[in-house]
Amino acid sequence: MILFILAILLFLIGLYGVLVKRNLIKMIIGLMIMEYAVNLIFTLVGYRSGGTAPIVTDSISSVLYVDPLPQALVLTAIVIGLGTTALAVSFAVRIFEKYDTFDVRKIRKLRG
Amino acid sequence: MNFIPLFVIVPLGAAFLMPVVSRLWKGMSDVLGNLAALFLMVWSFAALQMGHETTVFYAGGWEPVASIPIGIAMVMDGLTVFMLIIINVIGFAVTLYSVNYMNHYTDKAKYYTLFLLMMAGLNGVVLAGDLFNLFVFLEISAIASYSLVAFGIGSEELEASFKYQILGGTASTLILMGIAFFYHMTGTLNLADASTVIQQLGTHPGIIFVSILFLVGFSLKAALIPFHAWLPDAHPSAPAPISAMLSGVVIKVLGVYALIRIFFNVFGITAMPSVLTIFIVLGSVSMVAGAFLAISQSDFKRMLAYSSISQIGYVLFALGLGTPLGILGAMFHLINHAAFKSLLFLNSGAVVYRTNTRDLDQLGGISQKMPVTGITSLLGSLSISGLPPFGGFWSKLIIIMAAVESGHFALAGVAVFTSIVTLAYYMKLQKEAFYGALKASFGKLKEAPFLMSLSVILLAIVVTGMGLLLIPEFKSVILDPAVKIISGGLNYSKLVLGG
Repeated sequence: MILFILAILLFLIGLYGVLVKRNLIKMIIGLMIMEYAVNLIFTLVGYRSGGTAPIVTDSISSVLYVDPLPQALVLTAIVIGLGTTALAVSFAVRIFEKYDTFDVRKIRKLRG
Repeated sequence: MNFIPLFVIVPLGAAFLMPVVSRLWKGMSDVLGNLAALFLMVWSFAALQMGHETTVFYAGGWEPVASIPIGIAMVMDGLTVFMLIIINVIGFAVTLYSVNYMNHYTDKAKYYTLFLLMMAGLNGVVLAGDLFNLFVFLEISAIASYSLVAFGIGSEELEASFKYQILGGTASTLILMGIAFFYHMTGTLNLADASTVIQQLGTHPGIIFVSILFLVGFSLKAALIPFHAWLPDAHPSAPAPISAMLSGVVIKVLGVYALIRIFFNVFGITAMPSVLTIFIVLGSVSMVAGAFLAISQSDFKRMLAYSSISQIGYVLFALGLGTPLGILGAMFHLINHAAFKSLLFLNSGAVVYRTNTRDLDQLGGISQKMPVTGITSLLGSLSISGLPPFGGFWSKLIIIMAAVESGHFALAGVAVFTSIVTLAYYMKLQKEAFYGALKASFGKLKEAPFLMSLSVILLAIVVTGMGLLLIPEFKSVILDPAVKIISGGLNYSKLVLGG
């Protein structure tokens, strides 16, 4: 339970970064922290205390396994996270070329 | 050979072939993109033949064991077919339009690649039978649309796309967290299987937590009013065909469809009436605020973008009523809005293509020089403002009737009032852009190129004929199966798993 709370705390730290920080790169880092926190939560969901790796062998048949499904899903989620982060960072670089700043307060050509 | 996966395989395959064939011959990317989109459109009409029954495809032949699904399932039912038709018809009109329009931009092959990836993602979302695949396809289409919004690589496009990415990324993480707790609670990700498990769980505190995560996440994707900040920047900044796709299809599939599927078919709306109240509140706030924000805009596309928020508000409001009539109104308004909003965005693109401006103050009288664009946009505007005999009138009428029927008299009045405001700002749009005195600088203005006009005319015919969907012959084929799936609620799991 304590692990879940810590992971959610990590998620909230990321959310704080996205909402409060004014620097594009720091906002991206906040987004990444959120993604990692969610991946941690997902892995924790599949964790069984004292379980072994979920590999089927002939000798062992009925031992306690860690749930393999969340691990597979988290792998996919990590790859998606890689894609979104790479895209966001490349956009931050292009924005820097156009505006000469990472400060969101100065990147305001669009009206709200 | 089962035909369901082709909805995802064909656009994905075409997307990966695109960079290769465009090396061989430049024009090939147009041909391949349009062929793939045409195939998808024809295929979605072929799917209509089976729209009445639920068909399930298990990827790799992993059939369920003791009626518990173990593999990846793709589910096709009335609601899915309905969404597939919207996605692929608009998708075809948009690719046809892109042939001329995207000459503005440098690399057409990359554009088609991203566009087809977005189509694959959208088709995948509506076909996904489990929550995680829904998430993966949602991310595919979201990432493709982030890059498409910034396709012009101007400073405004980049700024809009970055905003879209940050809010879209936050929404995605919230949804993924919801999926994690959903799995923790039910032990399955298959929507149908999870639905049965949730019915056995009864009232579980986890359900409320997961519901909040999904509500916030998908409302961000649907751009409902407290979560709308990205839409008025992202939709106008994108190239016109992408604006049409984003406003006409993406917000509906990633937002509204996902909300319907999860709350009506998996959680069961009867068990949690508070969700319906939230739908009504979010819907009516978006409806009114979107309309008032739209009326003060002087940018052609930005006005359309705010109008999208307002119209999606109508859809969600009607869903929140929860009655079969309300759901019918919601579905009818959904398909209407897809048709006329993509038509209007394509019109705005034609105006930008010829005049290089989308500022309403600088436009004026261009209907004299661009009659096709002028007349089709007038048809679209009349339909969205709810004038008879267009589809927009009938869908708003059904929504208002449903609101009165379920006793929400004040909100029915609000819906009527919003419709009048909508008429007001579309008349402003028509007057300032298309009618009135022709500005001197537009003396040599020409009509949009042939394929752009053709695609706009096709959509205008669809918009004009949309009222016919209420005739029983058409209604029983397109609207009724979708309404049946939504109002059937928890029957979904029985239909998918059988028995």
